[in-house]
Amino acid sequence: MNIFQEAAKKMGNYNSRRYFLKQCIGGVGAMALDSIMDFGQSTTNLKTPHFLPTAKSVIFLHMAGAPSQLELFDYKPILQKYDGKPCPAALLEGKRFAFLQGTPNMMGPQASFQQYGQTGSWVSEHLPHFSKMVDEVSFLRAMHTDEFNHAPAQLFMHTGSPRLGRPSMGSWMIYGLGSENQNLPGFVVLTSGSDPSAGKSAWGSGFLPSLHQGVQCRSQGDPILYLNNPNGIDEHIRKRSIDIINDINRKEQEAIGDPEILSRIAQYELAFRMQTEVPEVMDISKEPDYIHEMYGTKPGQISFANNCLLARRLVEQGVRFIQLYDSAWDHHGAGKGGGVVDGLANACKNVDQPIAALLKDLKMRGLLEDTLVVWGGEFGRTPMKETRASGADFKGRDHHAEAFTMWMAGGGVKAGFSHGKTDELGYYGIEGRTHVHDLQATILHCMGMDHERLIYHFQGRDFRLTDVHGHVIRDVLA
Amino acid sequence: MDMELGFNKVNMNRFFIGLVIVFLWTCQQPVDKLVSYNKDIRPIFNQKCLACHGGVKQMGGFSLLFEEEAFAATESGMPAIVRGKAHKSELVSRLRHHDEEQRMPQESEALAEKDIQLIETWINQGAKWEQHWAYIKPDASIRPPIIVDKDWAKNEIDHFIWQRLAQDSLRPNEELDKSSLLRRLSLDLIGLPPSLEERNAFLANNKEDAYEQEVNRLLDSPHFGEKWASMWLDLARYADSKGYEKDLYRSIWKYRDWVIKAFNSDLPFDEFSVTQLAGDLLPNPTENQLIATAFHRNTMANDEGGTDNEEFRNYANIERVGTTFEVWQGTTMACVQCHSHPYDPIRHENFYEFMSFFNNTADRDIYHEAPNIFTYEGADQEKVADIIAWIKQQLKPEDQLEGKGFLHQQKAALVNHLGYRKVEIETFDESGGFIELMAPEQTTIFQVQDSSWIRFEQVDLTAIEAISYRYATPFGGFIEVRLGSPFGKMISQCSLPLTTTPQTKSRDKWKNWRTLKVPIDPTEGVHDIYFVFRKNRIADADLLRLDWLFFHEQSPRMDNYSRLFSQKLEELETIKAIPTPILQELPTEKRRKNHLFERGNWLAKGKEVTEAVPEVLGALSKERSPDRLAMAEWLTSPENPLTARVAVNRFWEQLFGYGIVESLEDFGTQSLPASHPQLLDWLAIQFMHEHEWRIKDLLKQMVMSATYRQSNQITKEKLEKDPRNRLLSRGPRIRLGAEQMRDQILAVSDLLTPEIYGPSVKPPRPKGAGQFRFGDTYTLSEKENQYRRGLYTYVKRTNPFPNQITFDGTDRTICTSRRIRTNTPLQALSLLNNPVYLEAALAIGQYMDTLKVESVTERLEAGYEKVLLRAIDPEKLKDLAILYEDAQLHYAKESELTGSLLGNPSPKNEQLAALTIVAHALLNLDEFVNK
Repeated sequence: MNIFQEAAKKMGNYNSRRYFLKQCIGGVGAMALDSIMDFGQSTTNLKTPHFLPTAKSVIFLHMAGAPSQLELFDYKPILQKYDGKPCPAALLEGKRFAFLQGTPNMMGPQASFQQYGQTGSWVSEHLPHFSKMVDEVSFLRAMHTDEFNHAPAQLFMHTGSPRLGRPSMGSWMIYGLGSENQNLPGFVVLTSGSDPSAGKSAWGSGFLPSLHQGVQCRSQGDPILYLNNPNGIDEHIRKRSIDIINDINRKEQEAIGDPEILSRIAQYELAFRMQTEVPEVMDISKEPDYIHEMYGTKPGQISFANNCLLARRLVEQGVRFIQLYDSAWDHHGAGKGGGVVDGLANACKNVDQPIAALLKDLKMRGLLEDTLVVWGGEFGRTPMKETRASGADFKGRDHHAEAFTMWMAGGGVKAGFSHGKTDELGYYGIEGRTHVHDLQATILHCMGMDHERLIYHFQGRDFRLTDVHGHVIRDVLA
Repeated sequence: MDMELGFNKVNMNRFFIGLVIVFLWTCQQPVDKLVSYNKDIRPIFNQKCLACHGGVKQMGGFSLLFEEEAFAATESGMPAIVRGKAHKSELVSRLRHHDEEQRMPQESEALAEKDIQLIETWINQGAKWEQHWAYIKPDASIRPPIIVDKDWAKNEIDHFIWQRLAQDSLRPNEELDKSSLLRRLSLDLIGLPPSLEERNAFLANNKEDAYEQEVNRLLDSPHFGEKWASMWLDLARYADSKGYEKDLYRSIWKYRDWVIKAFNSDLPFDEFSVTQLAGDLLPNPTENQLIATAFHRNTMANDEGGTDNEEFRNYANIERVGTTFEVWQGTTMACVQCHSHPYDPIRHENFYEFMSFFNNTADRDIYHEAPNIFTYEGADQEKVADIIAWIKQQLKPEDQLEGKGFLHQQKAALVNHLGYRKVEIETFDESGGFIELMAPEQTTIFQVQDSSWIRFEQVDLTAIEAISYRYATPFGGFIEVRLGSPFGKMISQCSLPLTTTPQTKSRDKWKNWRTLKVPIDPTEGVHDIYFVFRKNRIADADLLRLDWLFFHEQSPRMDNYSRLFSQKLEELETIKAIPTPILQELPTEKRRKNHLFERGNWLAKGKEVTEAVPEVLGALSKERSPDRLAMAEWLTSPENPLTARVAVNRFWEQLFGYGIVESLEDFGTQSLPASHPQLLDWLAIQFMHEHEWRIKDLLKQMVMSATYRQSNQITKEKLEKDPRNRLLSRGPRIRLGAEQMRDQILAVSDLLTPEIYGPSVKPPRPKGAGQFRFGDTYTLSEKENQYRRGLYTYVKRTNPFPNQITFDGTDRTICTSRRIRTNTPLQALSLLNNPVYLEAALAIGQYMDTLKVESVTERLEAGYEKVLLRAIDPEKLKDLAILYEDAQLHYAKESELTGSLLGNPSPKNEQLAALTIVAHALLNLDEFVNK
């Protein structure tokens, strides 16, 4: 059934997004509340998925800036033969690149590769830890996207649209499924390095009510904005204050009769619980030494490793969608340390061990089977060399929308599998091409949601994460 | 009191008489057998048929979207509907077809027999087609209904409301107590609560028109415009940054000032609209009229390296179409960008015809955002005028120049005339890849790399002998000046000496700037010139930086004058003008062609189109050429069925919490039915013809109504029959918007800086609110500017102010008609833990502490009254007393805690600490965050 038939079906019994939302929230409507309440409403906001999910949580590891598939997973020995030769005109015709000009030269793989695991997957020297985990993952080797600039491509990856203003995948997830833990946000974002190019819009709720937005949590300072008591207020005063605030609100409710006040009372109680619960979850210092060794974590720092460990802890708490961003993956070769050799190697050092540890740890705890881990960037990098400065050789690659590699693990996808293939130059997907919307459809599918049915009526039309596109990649499903 | 304010027994009796009359009137209505397309048939078609026979798909060559399509021949060669003959209409036979394959709607349940009969009757009666109500002009003959309970009603609005309530056997509430009413009115009209003094004055005023006096006072308040600007800026998607990756500063706050002033001066809504959409096309536009056109320069711009400017220019234009329709027509165009509207009668090409109105503005997603208008603020304005006058006085007769245009234009013409030809580097017209502006000032370029270039268009090189470069480089490099293209004729080149020494620390490597003067080959005429950059021995991603250029004439006029003269000229150059991006039409020779984009893809250009408006919404005036001004005039013509309705609905929503049509953004066939359709139309007619589009008059009419003044008491019956107060059986009890929340807290604690207008400010943000990236910084404003109204808080699109978002504000990336109200624990955390609110609590605590009264009870009462502007209920007072005593004991024991609360190392003041805690609780009460 397509989106318009779907829309037509619903016409007549709903029109306002408010009405629709209330229906989704369920139960609350009966109380005639004016506003929409947050993740704290325990069972009332848990919604039924469309079908049986294979994953309860998603951890999305986004390498912002876009890592080079050609130096990590997509091994192209033939490309080496063309190294230094001009790119054939046919490959450039009608294509747009961010920085490449004229006729660039091809550039062979700048890393050495080996095969690993039962599956014999090619992985480069940059990922010694991850290479031991290849039998846990499904590679998507022929990913492609519509966008070739960072901010639009990141928005595209997370909101299904290259422009600002649409809800991100995690927001859709909370909108569709609600949140399991009543004391924690259902959609948590952890960043290491600077925010991604798309800024906080990458986890914004777009036109969905703001309660669906990703909540950025931190391993330094306040884990959530305004979580800690301000100076001069301790727990005793805080508790007494909330008691009195709620008592007065109750009296007001009895006098006025507005049920909305009951909702405010509930939110203050929840806020109080969050103040104790969230810091506990975010405190990794009590993890045993072997865990710290495994991840390479150092409590109190802001690091990708710490965020990986936090992600596991959040999954344990039933957080639905956890988004990790790591920066410094944009290897144009514009200067020293910025190419696909040294730049990429450095970036990999920060993430290789923690990612492998995360997979191992989840597996050890039996969490991997219902946690979907997704890894990737917003696009790939060109098989052509980017030469910004004649005479200098920093070995960079430009943004490439036609082909890149991502992988998924756990939560209902095949372990030790590879989907899709690129041509011998790694330029274009020739088998199992997977569009960003397909990936989104698949992630939603694992969470028990039909991407064509997860819709929201706004400005007179129905919106989906996948717009009017996307097919579930059946091949990778276990 | 009772007699005056609400229902007494006499009124109650009248009320029931009224009910009886309504009942009898309903019974006497003849049963209308004529089937109405809008009422009876359209809902069936919309629900069951349009998905396959609408704007997206026309299965079997049949569509029900437009009248002519519905009655046209289908693929079978026969029309599906034959007027007057249901039995000959394929439509009917297919609805009842015995073969499942043939029966409509396909793969769905058959229509109910009664619906099929309705369709038959409609066809037999001649199948009269009707337009959706919103596309028909509001009916000017509507009169307020006659009601029985005239004593309750204060004006005509109440007649409509009363009549609808009566249909559900509901009666309105009595009037709210005076104190609370003034608080509601003040928060609604100016976005701030009244002061205690204002409240007292109102209580003491027993004149019959006391309330009206308050309404007038508030409508005249300079803060009025600030409140209503908040609403409009959501629609205008106003932000202080450009969006996307870099998301750097955009100087566009003068547009916000314009909006505030427009509301304050009660600029009629039609003029308000035309000025924003096409102020530049008005005859001899003023600076202010040009600034108003920044409305559509609030679109996002992408400064990320390697982006295609033409792509983002097109996105901005697409967005302008959608925003214009949402703001003025309550019509959604998002669908039509890719294909014809699935259920509203708007075609795919209508989108691109309409986009043509915007397609020939000069802006094109370049860094400097040209075209800009440059203006001077305050004292600078006088200074510039004075210097210009002084210089002109000195000029020899042969050097005289006629001063034309705005102040900045006069200045530019004058300095140019005198040969002071300095060009700020960031004003280049185009660049190759890599070149970017240095944040946050964006007045120098960086990332200048080998073979990158910038272009300045139409530069007169006649009599130019040299160019100076203001630059910095730790690497050295070459600049070539070429004509016409980066590979064109070279007229100058130079090698840049380093601006560093081997001793320069790496953090200082960009700190030294030098100026280098380089001769050029004599060149006649006007040219597009390219500055092409080449590396020396070292390559780097950031080779050199440039601040400005200076074109040296052979014998500039300024050389013939004194030293003082030159100094004045330099001084004139240094006075900062404020740029504001505006709309400006391209000259005829540069006009772009307008194309339809296939499936919305800007690279897939379809057939050429010309400026037009969707037929269903009327036509442009034939009086003038079809341009933006004609379009704006079409929007604000009394012939337009939507503009006035959409506008009054917005103002209504701000006061009552919901629009009469709840979907403010969508009046199309998918919109929610209006709660009071007659009232909406009557108000629209009043707005256009009675108030002549004056917003203050419209608002006054609304707040003077008894409907607005009702108490917000909810009974069980009202909760059942009118759960969301759509019928207005009580006064609006609505959580305040993000700006009002902040403003109210600052106001009741006397912390507010009430200054109006000016650039955006940066008040404290919570730790961890995230970076301003790419060289942009969040630098706190000076102290008093930290307490400005929320409206002035800097809006960075990719990192909006946390509290604004927590309380349902938007990041201003897209036009937002209504903020969906939420109630979340993050809001509770923010109110509880934001240090700014604790600071406000301390201020209120000090107020209570220093009152000249004896008892604590009196202090608590006074505190409550200060915050909520009414007397405290004794039961609530007990609660406050408990909190006070508890806190006092606690702080007496914990002197360190007291110290950090009061910001004083050794306080012995547990009373102040406890009062502060009480005040803090008051700021968290539900009754405080609601109006």
